[in-house]
Amino acid sequence: MIPFIAPDLMPAFPEISLAILALMLLMFGVSRKEEPFQAVSNLSIFALLAVGAMICRYCGETVTTFNGMFISDSFGGFMKMLVIAGSAVSILMAAKYAERQRIMRFEYPILILFATLGMLLMISANDLISLYMGLEMQSLPLYVLAAIQRDSIKSTEGGLKYFVLGALSSGMLLYGASLLYGYTGVTNFDKMATILAASAPLSLGVIVGMVMLISGLAFKISAVPFHMWTPDVYEGAPTSVTAFFAIAPKIAALALLTRVFMGPFGSMVAEWQQIVVVLAIASMVLGSVAAIGQTNIKRLLAYSSIGNMGYALVGLASASAEGVKAVMIFSAIYMVMTIGTFAIVLMMKQRERMLEEIADLSGLGVRQPMLALAMTVMMFSMAGIPPLAGFFGKLFVFQAAVAQGLYWLAVIGVITSVIAAYYYLRIIKVMYFEEAGDESLDPATDVRLNVLAGVSTVAMLLFIALPGPLLASADAAAKSIAIFKPK
Amino acid sequence: MPTVIGIENFLIVSGILFTLGVFGIFLNRRNVIIILMSIELILLSVSINLVAFSVYLHDLTGQVFSMFILTVAAAEAAIGLAILVVFNRNKSSIAVEDISALKG
Repeated sequence: MIPFIAPDLMPAFPEISLAILALMLLMFGVSRKEEPFQAVSNLSIFALLAVGAMICRYCGETVTTFNGMFISDSFGGFMKMLVIAGSAVSILMAAKYAERQRIMRFEYPILILFATLGMLLMISANDLISLYMGLEMQSLPLYVLAAIQRDSIKSTEGGLKYFVLGALSSGMLLYGASLLYGYTGVTNFDKMATILAASAPLSLGVIVGMVMLISGLAFKISAVPFHMWTPDVYEGAPTSVTAFFAIAPKIAALALLTRVFMGPFGSMVAEWQQIVVVLAIASMVLGSVAAIGQTNIKRLLAYSSIGNMGYALVGLASASAEGVKAVMIFSAIYMVMTIGTFAIVLMMKQRERMLEEIADLSGLGVRQPMLALAMTVMMFSMAGIPPLAGFFGKLFVFQAAVAQGLYWLAVIGVITSVIAAYYYLRIIKVMYFEEAGDESLDPATDVRLNVLAGVSTVAMLLFIALPGPLLASADAAAKSIAIFKPK
Repeated sequence: MPTVIGIENFLIVSGILFTLGVFGIFLNRRNVIIILMSIELILLSVSINLVAFSVYLHDLTGQVFSMFILTVAAAEAAIGLAILVVFNRNKSSIAVEDISALKG
């Protein structure tokens, strides 16, 4: 008889608190007579901030608990802070928009909380079982969120597509996980790393399992060729939900990919590197070429996010501590850029009706110069033009690739970002050099969105002056996870 | 004398089920319900895999894992059907070729 030892709950304290807070908010919402959307939204943001503070408190050292299934380290702490910030901002952005689109249901912020909980668990996963549970905990609320506008064909169709392809990807990931379990005999990442490092040559089952696991995770970050759902879901879902999709889940899935590559597959660099290189190149190329013909700004941003995930994968492909650090910096900058851009897209309305076409931006430079300026900064930053932050995100990633001898990967990355600059610059051209029709966009009145757009614009501009804090924390966090043996 | 069924038999069955599930999703042109069934098929093939490995390795982890998968599969099916119901209300159809409002 194995004695039962109660696990140490402290490393998972932020996640446990978030679960309890979300359930309490759910009960609060149900017990109200009037729709408590605004109250629950505000409380959810406070809950996320509280959890963020707890994570800050605990993320210093590396601890595992629940029999090694859950790991809390500074890499996880960094990524969790990004995810929490992204989720809190998404709730903030949704406040006015939800009112206008008649999706003011208090379940909306609570679903975001549950999805965030899943993302935190994903980032902390140190076992195939906790990986799967975290991933599903994140995905299931996201399917519902995509379809939250119940009376819209587009939204429900987007939700349905997301569900079918998401479930397929989970299935592939699971099949891979089952093969890995069968051929190594363990599900724990640390033990698996030891077993895989000792076994040479690797059995076919391990390789197939690894490939399927990577494919499942590539679905979640929408890397080509697993990207089919992204444009449809981004276009179909309500814009505030799209913003959430573009910000938080991507970062969580990137963190999970990084942990899997550095942990159990740390000794199999030669095997997974070629896969990641192919994924990165395909994503960068498709993200830049397919976006050119788009007229809907949400679809365009979907392709842009596919391309950006390609750049993040370049950092991963370099398989070094430097690469991990570059991925973390890139995700932080990508998140701020995406927040700013979506804050502006959420302000695109005419007579209280939301607009989504790029052509609707015409004449913005004359009629609303501040808004146009913010959008210009975001687009230049996405295109990677110095001295804006987006440039440095790409720079670090390419530097990491070059340092590991992946010259042509970096070259392809630079070429695709030049192609991508075409459609980012086209938006700027539409804003400044195209005549508006009789009507232009309503003035931006939502204080929250204005502040978010303003803050992210300033962040993009000032990153070059004050890069220190971000670089230092990413550096410290990358050291806690990268365990490559010298080649 | 008991007949021993080797693990490869289980793996072949689960591989066939998994392939059927994947093809069911992509080749099916009629009905979304069939897609939901295919997803279940994939998850069950994984469960067979895990349980077979678990018995073969004399290790309980695989069986615990398959219990988790069964639970999540139930939640997933519930959410999938709920989304299908709201879609059906808007479109009055659950045929695969009618899922066509978003294209690009």
